[in-house]
Amino acid sequence: MRATSFGIRSTVVGLLGACAQLGFAGTVEPLYVAIPSGSIASVLSGGSADNAPTTVAGFEMRLKPVTVAEFLKFTEQKPEWKKTKVPSVFADSNYLHQLETAAISPVHAEQPITNVSWFAAQAYCESERARLPTWYEWEYVAAADAAHADARKDPAWRAQILGWYSKPSSSSRQRVGGDVNFYGVDNMHGLIWEWVDDFNALLVSADSRNQGDPDQLQYCGAGAISLQDRDNFAILMRVALLSSLSGSASTNDLGFRCARSPTP
Amino acid sequence: MSKTLKEILSSAIIAIGLLSAYGASAATPATAKSAGDFGPPQGAPIRAVLTSPPHVPPPTNRKFPAKVIVELEVIEKEMPISEGVSYTFWTFGGTVPGSFIRVRQGDTVEFHLKNHPSSKMPHNIDLHGVTGPGGGAASSFTAPGHESQFTFKALNEGIYVYHCATAPVGMHIANGMYGLILVEPPEGLSKVDHEYYVMQGDFYTTGKYREKGNQPFDMEKAIDEKPTYVLFNGAEGALTGDKALKAKTNEKIRLFVGNGGPNLVSSFHVIGAIFDKVRYEGGSNVQKNVQTTLIPSGGAAVVEYQTKVPGSYVMVDHSIFRAFNKGALAIMKVEGPENKAIYSGKEVDSVYLGDRAAPNMASVTTATANAASGTLTVQDQVNAGKSLFNGTCSVCHQANGAGLPGVFPPLAKSDYLAADTKRAVGVVLRGLSGKVTVNGKEYDSVMPSMNQLNDDEVANILTYVLNSWDNAGGRVTAGDVKAERAKAVPKVAAEH
Repeated sequence: MRATSFGIRSTVVGLLGACAQLGFAGTVEPLYVAIPSGSIASVLSGGSADNAPTTVAGFEMRLKPVTVAEFLKFTEQKPEWKKTKVPSVFADSNYLHQLETAAISPVHAEQPITNVSWFAAQAYCESERARLPTWYEWEYVAAADAAHADARKDPAWRAQILGWYSKPSSSSRQRVGGDVNFYGVDNMHGLIWEWVDDFNALLVSADSRNQGDPDQLQYCGAGAISLQDRDNFAILMRVALLSSLSGSASTNDLGFRCARSPTP
Repeated sequence: MSKTLKEILSSAIIAIGLLSAYGASAATPATAKSAGDFGPPQGAPIRAVLTSPPHVPPPTNRKFPAKVIVELEVIEKEMPISEGVSYTFWTFGGTVPGSFIRVRQGDTVEFHLKNHPSSKMPHNIDLHGVTGPGGGAASSFTAPGHESQFTFKALNEGIYVYHCATAPVGMHIANGMYGLILVEPPEGLSKVDHEYYVMQGDFYTTGKYREKGNQPFDMEKAIDEKPTYVLFNGAEGALTGDKALKAKTNEKIRLFVGNGGPNLVSSFHVIGAIFDKVRYEGGSNVQKNVQTTLIPSGGAAVVEYQTKVPGSYVMVDHSIFRAFNKGALAIMKVEGPENKAIYSGKEVDSVYLGDRAAPNMASVTTATANAASGTLTVQDQVNAGKSLFNGTCSVCHQANGAGLPGVFPPLAKSDYLAADTKRAVGVVLRGLSGKVTVNGKEYDSVMPSMNQLNDDEVANILTYVLNSWDNAGGRVTAGDVKAERAKAVPKVAAEH
């Protein structure tokens, strides 16, 4: 364990070094971290014991969610993603709703960007030569707490996540950063919901025999039926949120971070 | 070209017509209406009046089925759950329980569910009054800042619970996402003076009952079904004090009582009232003269009664610790003239002496009077003490003071008593447990403290004992007892 975490730290440093050398003109290269491959018993397995854990290949995850300042810079470079320009099929009327006020305070600039559509998030990630993480990638990294790769059995970890769910959305949001987990990734919980690449496939299983009714999460009690492990509620609620959306939709608490496959 | 197409089409229509005519003879026509379906909606669409609890929308007073538009907004907001305690509720319409919806049987309801942009969670609605998959849940799954629409025909009349059914369902319900929809029968409900909306729910907070500050939801307690609060209308005090339900005497009251759960079943009871009629489980049967009606989680009842005597009537979940220790308490304040023929109020307040025969108690009265006038004699005390002894002490020590061998030590000719008569005062006041040896026999049992007796009573009893059954005589005064009682000594240690 200890060796692994050292390994990650040195990778971060390595990337930093590489970034410094590459040095995009006038911009700071966003920081990604290598996530080692592994496996995870996903909540999407329905919690049944005979469902084998899913293998997650090694990839790179953005250390922090994309901030307001970063996204604004992106829209300057790609004006077609400004609220006034974006086609309605790519973003509904809630898009960048919170940025309508002219001046962005320094505090606001450091907050995670929200009210972005899936299409806009994907476009942003492309600008970083990246993509949105898949659900499995996201869940794999999100299973960690500060000290363990998989903290999902820890009652304190679960209580912390559920605690965020029960805070009203109107309370002021924290800035990005300050909550690093085992992989060195920040803010996986307790700050925002996050888009994933395959959000609209979350309820549709390749094998319906394992999943039952693809609409089951929307029905009374069905969420519980598909779960053996009641503790997975904390993660399941993210699945519920994502599955309620279309690609052009956005909410006040929905932001994103990017991921990329390792360069061959 | 177009002519040819038309011909093809028209011949196809004829063929379909022939087919359906043929089919009709064998099967029920597709247009057959189910019970409660009074045909297509008539007149202009009507916007439903929604009310916040404890209020109920006015009767529809309609003789035809209509299209009714219901617009319900989901809002997640922090509200008080008790004095100085706040909780983040998820609400239908900004209140717990959610807005009351009233339609008429046969109405076509166009339902709009709006999820406020400030919401964190997606939500949906399952109305128990809907015939269709998920009760509307499947068609109303709505992300924050979005709106869903679906339409249903209200086929069955009755009072129905609605609730959010988004996973985890239990958490959404525990956060207050439930309410009632009334589907009136076509002829409407009988006229009453007041209709009120009361709904019970159980709540799970990480802090203890009444622990101050913002209290988050506790999933563990919810799964264990150990609520911190059991409440009517979503907050302790939602229906008490100035917010109590109000009525006058000789009025007809109709309560729509729901139970959102998520876990507990309610034993709904109004202290001091008998329900004339209960539509239990919200169904069509009417039960009469009911004291307490059971309301299942996710169920409702219609309760009717007439107010007759003024006063404050306390509504409780008669699983009674929930009422007095978890908040399940509401009040209906009834004002008006007294009706002494039905209820008198307190007429007599006198001493009740139980099975102790009244004539014997005359000696106690005499002793009390003489003590007050300073003329109390030993004989007065013995007489009074005898009566008191027979009421309190003789159960164990026996009327003749002989006790029960091996169990209750004797008082008659007792060496233990004779050894220290003042010690006996402490024994009566504080009890005695452990081994004692009386008249050569060992006893090891427990005498409870008798400190409910007043100083006079203890003095009289002991004086009676000292002067009976060949004991040595003597006197214990009220002053002795008072002095002993004032001592902060521990329990009298048993002799070994």
